Amino acid sequence: MDQKITNSLLYLDGVSVSFDGFKALNSLSFVVAPGELRAIIGPNGAGKTTMMDIITGKTRPDTGTVYFDGQIDLTKKDEADIAQLGIGRKFQKPTVFESHTVWDNIELALNRKRGVFATLFYTLTPADKARIEEILETVRMTARKDHLAGSLSHGQKQWLEIGMLLAQEPKLLLVDEPVAGMTDAETSETAILLKEIAKTRSVVVVEHDMGFIRDLGVKVTCLAEGSVLAEGSIDFVSNDPKVIENYLGR
Amino acid sequence: MFTTRLIHAHEKKVLALAALILFIAIAVPASNLLLDPGNPLHVPSHVVPLFGKYLCYALLALALDLVWGYCGILSLGHGAFFALGGYAMGMYLMRQIGARGTYANPILPDFMVFLNWKELPWYWTGFDSFPFAALMVLLVPGALAFVFGWLAFRSRVTGVYLSIITQAMTYALLLAFFRNEMGFGGNNGLTDFKDIIGFNIQAPETRATLFAITGIVLAFVLLLSSAIVQSKYGKVLIGVRDAESRTRFLGYRVENMKLFIFTFSAMIAGVAGALYVPQVGIINPGEFAPANSIEVVIWTAVGGRGTLIGPIIGAVLVNFGKSIFTAAFPEFWLFALGALFVATTLFLPKGIVGTIQQGFASRRDYKAADEAEKGRTVSTRDPVAVQPQAAE
Repeated sequence: MDQKITNSLLYLDGVSVSFDGFKALNSLSFVVAPGELRAIIGPNGAGKTTMMDIITGKTRPDTGTVYFDGQIDLTKKDEADIAQLGIGRKFQKPTVFESHTVWDNIELALNRKRGVFATLFYTLTPADKARIEEILETVRMTARKDHLAGSLSHGQKQWLEIGMLLAQEPKLLLVDEPVAGMTDAETSETAILLKEIAKTRSVVVVEHDMGFIRDLGVKVTCLAEGSVLAEGSIDFVSNDPKVIENYLGR
Repeated sequence: MFTTRLIHAHEKKVLALAALILFIAIAVPASNLLLDPGNPLHVPSHVVPLFGKYLCYALLALALDLVWGYCGILSLGHGAFFALGGYAMGMYLMRQIGARGTYANPILPDFMVFLNWKELPWYWTGFDSFPFAALMVLLVPGALAFVFGWLAFRSRVTGVYLSIITQAMTYALLLAFFRNEMGFGGNNGLTDFKDIIGFNIQAPETRATLFAITGIVLAFVLLLSSAIVQSKYGKVLIGVRDAESRTRFLGYRVENMKLFIFTFSAMIAGVAGALYVPQVGIINPGEFAPANSIEVVIWTAVGGRGTLIGPIIGAVLVNFGKSIFTAAFPEFWLFALGALFVATTLFLPKGIVGTIQQGFASRRDYKAADEAEKGRTVSTRDPVAVQPQAAE
C-alpha cells in the first residue's frame, strides 16, 4: 500500500463526503501515475466534480486519505497551497478574467511569487515574456493577445483557461468538461492539445463526450454514485454491463 | 491592442487630473491670499475651506474606489475610518488649546474638566505631539481595518454580508463615541480648536495652506493608487473582483490580497479625515453615521467606480450640488440624493467617467467596423478583427 502511495502522483483511498445526508462520494479510491492521462466518465451526480473539489481543497472529505506526489496530505491544505504545490484546475464553465486581456490572463497565471509585495513590485522579465508568448502559441491565442478575455467565444475561453493552467506549470491538471459547447473541429483540436500537454505532466479529464474520449485513447474510469464502477480501456469500460446500465444505456 | 490603448488613455486621464488638482491646490490659495478682494478672480476666504472639504471627500471616495471599484469589496463603513483619522487629528488640536480653554486647564480639554475628570485618560497620551498624532491618523484606521479585514476575509465573508458588517462596524463606533465615558467629548465631539503646529487655525494663511496640502495629498494619492492598480497586484485585485475562485485556484491568497488593499484604503480614508477636521473646525460622532458611509458610495457610483478619477469628480460634483441644494431647499436634499443614486443606477451604471470611456471605446470600434465593411485596411489598430483565426 505504501509503495502504491509513493509511486503515485495522486492517491485517493476510501474518500467519502456527504452533503445534508446525500453521499456525494462513497469510499472512492483512485490512483493517477506520474505522466498519466486519465479520462473520467459517469452520469450526472456521480461525484466527478466533488472529487475535483476534494483534490483542490475546496471541500474537505469526511473520511479517507488524499495524497499528492507520494507524501503530501492534501486534506490539510487550502486552495492556494494546493495550487502552489502544482495542481491546476479547469472549471466546467470556462472561468477567465473577463476584464483583462488574454495576455494579462496568462501573466497572472504564470508560476511566479504570488505574495502581495511580490506582485506589487513585479516587472515583466524577458524570460517571462518569452514564456507567455510560448503559451499563447501553444493555445493558438497569439493573434488575440490584446483582446479582452470577455470578448472571446466560448471555445476560445476554454482554450485560454487551458493556457492559464499551462502557465501555472502544474504537475497535475484537472480538466472538467473541456469540450462542452465546442464544435467538432474544436473538440478534436482539444484532444490533440491535451495529449500534447500530457507528455510532460499528468492530466485528469472529466468528460461526457464519448467521441472525445475515444480520440484521447487512454485509460478510462467510470464513476457512479460516488465510487468507481469500472476502470480500463474505453472498449473494456463501454462493454461493461454495469456501465451500460448506469450510464451509457440511459 | 485597444485595451492597451485604453489603459494608456486612462493613464493620461489620471495624469491630467493629478495636474489639474495640483494647479487648483496652488491657484486657489494664491488667488485668495494675493489678489485684491475686488478682483473677479479672487476666491473669498469662506470658500477656501469649503472647497478644501470637497477635496477631503474626494480623497475618501478615491479610497473607497480602491476597495470597491478594483476589488469588489463594497464597504459601507468607510466613514468610520475617515472619522477615526479625524478624531486623531482632533485630539492633537484639543491638546494644542492648552490653558486657553473656558476652564483654563493647561492639560485637560474643557469637556473633561466639565465631567470632573482629574487626569488625562491613557489613550490621550502623546497627542500633544504632531508627529505622534500624524502617525495615529494612519495607524488607528489601518489597525481597525487590518483586524476587521483579517477576520472577515479569512472567514470568506463576501458580498452583501460584508457590506452589512461594515455598516454595523461604523454604527457601533457611532454609539461608542456618543458616550461621554469614552473620553472623546461625547455627542459634542471635539471643537474650539486654536492652533495647528503653532499657526492660528482661523487665519486665512493657515486655511490656504491646509487647502494646498489637501490638494497635493490628493494628487499624490491619485498617482500612487494608479501605480498600484496598474501593477500585477492591481490586476490580481481585478481578478478577485471578477472571478474570486479562479484567483484562488491559481494559487493567490485572496484574503491577503483583500487585506492589503482594505488596510491601505482605510489609511487613506484616515488621512482624508485628518485633513478635513482642521478645515471644518469640528469632529463629532455624527461622522460615524451609516448614512455618511453610504453617501461616499453614491459619490463613487456617480463618478464611476473602478476609474480612480471618477470618484474624485463624483465627490466634488455631488458635494458642490449639495452645498447649493441645501441652501435653496434644505428639506429635500436627501430626496435629491436618493433620486440621483436611482438615476445613476438606471441610466449611468458605469458612472460619469465610465460612461464617457465606454462611449469613446464603442465609437472607435464602430469606426473600425465601418472601415472594415468598406474593405479598407483597419489600420494597425486591430488587425485580427477581420481575419478568422485558426482556433475558430
